[in-house]
Amino acid sequence: MRREPVLNTLILLALLAVPLAAQALDEPFLVTLATKAAILALAGVGLNLALGLGGMVSFGHAAFFGIGGYAMAVLAAPVQAYEPLMTWPMDLPGTKSMPAIWLAAMAAGALAALVIGALSLRTGGVYFIMITLAFAQMLYYFAVSWPAYGGEDGISIYVRNGFPGLDTLNPLQFFGLCLGVLLLALGAMHLIARSRFGLALDGARQNPDRVAALGLRPARLKLIAFVISGAVTALAGALFADLNRFVSPSMLHWQTSGEIMVFVILGGAGRLFGPVAGAAIFVLLEHLLGGVSEYWKLFLGLALLGIVLFARGGLIGALAGRAVAHD
Amino acid sequence: MTDEILEVQDLQLAFGALKATDGVSLTLRRGEIHALIGPNGAGKSTLIGLIAGTLRPDAGCIRLNGRDVTGCDAAARARAGLARTFQITTLAPELTVLQNVMLAVAGASGAPYRFLRPALSDPALVERAGGFIARVGLAGRRAVRAGDLAHGERRRLDLAMALALAPRAFVLDEPMAGMGPDGAREMTALLDLLRREAPILLVEHDMDAVFRLADRISVLVSGRIIASGPVEAVRADREVQRAYLGEERLA
Repeated sequence: MRREPVLNTLILLALLAVPLAAQALDEPFLVTLATKAAILALAGVGLNLALGLGGMVSFGHAAFFGIGGYAMAVLAAPVQAYEPLMTWPMDLPGTKSMPAIWLAAMAAGALAALVIGALSLRTGGVYFIMITLAFAQMLYYFAVSWPAYGGEDGISIYVRNGFPGLDTLNPLQFFGLCLGVLLLALGAMHLIARSRFGLALDGARQNPDRVAALGLRPARLKLIAFVISGAVTALAGALFADLNRFVSPSMLHWQTSGEIMVFVILGGAGRLFGPVAGAAIFVLLEHLLGGVSEYWKLFLGLALLGIVLFARGGLIGALAGRAVAHD
Repeated sequence: MTDEILEVQDLQLAFGALKATDGVSLTLRRGEIHALIGPNGAGKSTLIGLIAGTLRPDAGCIRLNGRDVTGCDAAARARAGLARTFQITTLAPELTVLQNVMLAVAGASGAPYRFLRPALSDPALVERAGGFIARVGLAGRRAVRAGDLAHGERRRLDLAMALALAPRAFVLDEPMAGMGPDGAREMTALLDLLRREAPILLVEHDMDAVFRLADRISVLVSGRIIASGPVEAVRADREVQRAYLGEERLA
C-alpha cells in the first residue's frame, strides 16, 4: 500500500486551499501565512537533500538562507536609492527582477556551500555540526557589523521585486509564484533522489567505506549535494526577503538554522514532503499559539520531542510508514 | 601482460611501536586463489586495508596489473580493478539488493554524476545488476532490503557487488565467517566460480575451505609472512604447524 503519494497530494491541496479560502473569506493575512509556509518549506527542501539523503547534519543553513536574503538586498537596494550596483571594474546597475535575483542568490549560496562544505566535510558527526554552525555565526556577525546594509537593524526594500507577467504585490499572485518555485524544487529533488547520483549519495550516507570500495568518492558526492542544498536554501532566502521586504542579520542567526532543521526533522528527514509538512506545522503553531503565549515554542519543542521519540520518520513517516524502495 | 595481477612489495606499517605489517611481500597470479592465513592479531586485516587503500603504508609498494597504485585511494583502486569485500559484511542496509548492486555497477562505470534520470529505469544499470544478482543466486530477493537479508545472503550480495566491478583481482576478507557448514560449502562452490573471473586473495579462517580452494597459501604471523608456497608445502612446514596450525589444534 503506497500511502505517501496520497499524503503528499493532501498536503499540497491543503497548502493550496488555505490562501484560496482566505481570499474568499477576505483574510489576506492568511495568504501571507501560507506564502511564508511555502518559502520556509523551500528552505527545508534544500536542507533535506543534505540532511535527509546525504546524512550531513548542517546546523548552519541559516548562512545560505541569509546569503539569499542579502543577495536580494544587494541587488535591489541600489535601485531604490537610484544608484548603480557598481561602477568598477564595469558599470552594473542593480535589479528589481526576481529571476535575476534568484540566479544571483543561488550562485552565491552554491559558492558559499562549496567553501563551507569543502572545509566542514573533512570532519564528521558532532564536529560537522559545530563547524557549520561556526561558519553561519561568522556570517551573522559580519552582517551585524556591515553598515552598508543596515548592520544590526537590517535594510528595508520598500517595493517588492517584480516577476514578468505577475503583480507580485498581489498576495495571491506572490503566493502562487512561491508555490510554483517550491513545486519545481520538489520535482527536482524527486528526480535527484531517484537518479544515479541520489543512489550513490544514499549509499555514501549509509556506508561510506563500502561505497569507496565500489570506486565512488563519498566526500565528493556529499559536497555536490551540499552545494545544491545551499543553492536551494539561498533561493528560499531571497523569496523570504521579498515576502518581508526586509533583510536583517536574524536570517543568518543560528536560531534560523535550528528552525530550518526543525522543519525537516518534524516533517520527516529524507522524505520528499517532510520539510513541507514541517514548515506548515511550524507556521501554523506559530500563528495559533503565538497569539496565546509568547512561549509557544515550548509546544513546538514538545511536538518535536514526541516526533523524535516515537516516530523516527517524522510526521510523514508516522502517517505513511516506511519509505518504499522499489517494487 | 604480466602473470602477476597483484604484487605487494616489502610493505611496512607501524602503529607506534607495533609493527602491524613488517616487510610483507606477496603476489597474486592469474587464475589462482591465494589464501592468506594466520592467527588472530597477525595483521591480516591491516594488510587487507593496505592493499585496498583504506590504510596507507609507511613504506613499500603495491602494483595492480603492473601499475603502481600505492598512492591511490580506495575508490581509485576499485576503479583500477580491485574488488574488496569486508570481514563484517557492510552494505547499504536501507537499499535493496538490486540498488546495492546498481551502486556497484554505477561505481564501476565511473559515472555516478547523473542527476535527473531515474536509476531504476536505466536498463544499463538494472540489467547488468540483475545479471550479477542471478549469478550469486539471489534472483528472487532483488527487492529485499539488504538489512533484512539473512547472514549468508548478505555475504552473497557482497560478492555480487564485488563481481559487478568486473575486477582484475578480488580481495575477500573471511567470506565464510559466521556461516554454518552448508553455507560454507555453498560459498566454497561460489568462490570456485569466482576465480574464473579474476584471481582471489582470500583471507579465511575456515581451514577446510582454504585447503580445498587455495592454490597457494601464505602464513602471516606478527605482521610477517613466515611461509608461502603451494598448499602441501605449507601444510608440511614445521614453523607453520608450530605457529599456527598446531596452536589451533591445541585450542
